[in-house]
Amino acid sequence: MIWLDTIVQGILLGGLYALFAAGLSLVFGIMRLVNLAHGDLIVLAAFLILTIVSALGLNPFLGALLAMPVMFGAGWLLQTYVLNRVLGDDILPPLLVTFGLSVVIQNGLLEGFSADSQKLSAGPIEAASLPLGPVTVGVMPLLTLISAILVIFALNQLFYRTRLGRAFRATSDDAVTAGLMGIRPRNVFAIATGVAMVVATIAALYLGMRANFDPTIGPARLIYAFEAVIIGGLGSLWGTLAGGIVIGVAQALGAAVNPEWQILSGHIAFILVLLVRPRGLFPRAND
Amino acid sequence: MSLLKLDNVSKSFGMLKVTDSVSFEVAKGEALGIIGPNGAGKSTLFNLITGNIAPDEGAVYLDGVDMTRKPAMSRVQAGVGRSFQIPQPFTHLSVFENLLVAANFGGGHHGHAADDFCMDILDQTGLAGVADATSGSLSLLQRKRLELARAMATSPKVILLDEIAGGLTEGECVSLIQTIKSIHASGTSIIWIEHVLHALTSVVERLMVLNFGKMLMIGDPAEVMDSPQVKEIYLGIEV
Repeated sequence: MIWLDTIVQGILLGGLYALFAAGLSLVFGIMRLVNLAHGDLIVLAAFLILTIVSALGLNPFLGALLAMPVMFGAGWLLQTYVLNRVLGDDILPPLLVTFGLSVVIQNGLLEGFSADSQKLSAGPIEAASLPLGPVTVGVMPLLTLISAILVIFALNQLFYRTRLGRAFRATSDDAVTAGLMGIRPRNVFAIATGVAMVVATIAALYLGMRANFDPTIGPARLIYAFEAVIIGGLGSLWGTLAGGIVIGVAQALGAAVNPEWQILSGHIAFILVLLVRPRGLFPRAND
Repeated sequence: MSLLKLDNVSKSFGMLKVTDSVSFEVAKGEALGIIGPNGAGKSTLFNLITGNIAPDEGAVYLDGVDMTRKPAMSRVQAGVGRSFQIPQPFTHLSVFENLLVAANFGGGHHGHAADDFCMDILDQTGLAGVADATSGSLSLLQRKRLELARAMATSPKVILLDEIAGGLTEGECVSLIQTIKSIHASGTSIIWIEHVLHALTSVVERLMVLNFGKMLMIGDPAEVMDSPQVKEIYLGIEV
């Protein structure tokens, strides 16, 4: 029974990693841009929610709702004025620029909020739990996983059911030809990064409510996000969810054996998947 | 007034002048053929018209509006449709979605009207049966038809066809010509680059010959083909 419980907790934790990864997966899928500042942008969003919550005395969920349009705008501006300028055949410039951005965000946050640990307080719901068959699950972790599933579902609907989604996929296929069909690729990229930042805000909400955060934890979130994306298969959103869950379960199992093994076992699972399926669990047909 | 007008357009890549002071006009509803040896600058001419590359000199007008500094996107929306020599479908999208993207963003069609519009084009181009297939899975003829269909979905005033008959069997070619004729009959202007001459001359009213980036001749197809200069340069026949 303890193993079943551990696996369930791992799956729920995977929801958080999937939320970290969804924005990264989205941006990579559309413009082949690896955003090394993704983890720091999540932390930035967490501080934004914290600021809104403490200034207006709101519940973190409402705070996140207010932070979403701000982060969308930030993503749009970031893409339009910075990242669009470095996108091209060479993959190095965007890597360098986003790496630099990561450093800038971390230091900016240190300057503005100090190195103290912060937390978003959601009140009694944090400790609430539900009996779910033979195991008991926390309401917050359950909410995290449900949110991750909803986010991935919504992104898939956006991708495959809407005009904007077709523009995303057409631009991802061939940006030059997309231009000849009347699509403005740079605009599409800006919207995509805006959407990714909205997802990052949702990730930030659950990150901040689950545990303490400080300005320096971004890069570690980036690693988990990366691993989830690659385990799932580049460009597959449901694969990203599966990837998050693989890491979550591996960490939970590792922690059950010995708490020191939690982080390590997540990375080991990642390496094992890479060895067995180098293109991930659900690779796109032709890339 | 002419629909499309090129006025003294020139373009060089380094020392190589690929388009050399080319001027011509295409009237509304007219079909113009372009021939010339490989490397004569035919596809470059198309890139200059669609806005993929900017000319060094000269101007491109559509409906009397100067489009020279307009990006490709604006030109599609203004009515310049294009099919590529090597089909470039969006391979992760279905055939229908390929058209829908073009109709939504290039043709300004929305909602159910766009769906119906695209289905009509699929019928007209004989692709209705593979509407939901991934475009990456199509045969060469189907890909060529998709190129044509997608260009049509942008609701062009003038459609640029780049060697669309190349690589097809005789039978495939005949049916493609029928489709192109019906597009022409609907009043869309056509500029068509083609090496398959009998396909070209069965549709176009005028023929232009390009050589080393220069416009050598333009006029009645039969007269152009009869010209000794064209025979020598284009067909490689010593006169």
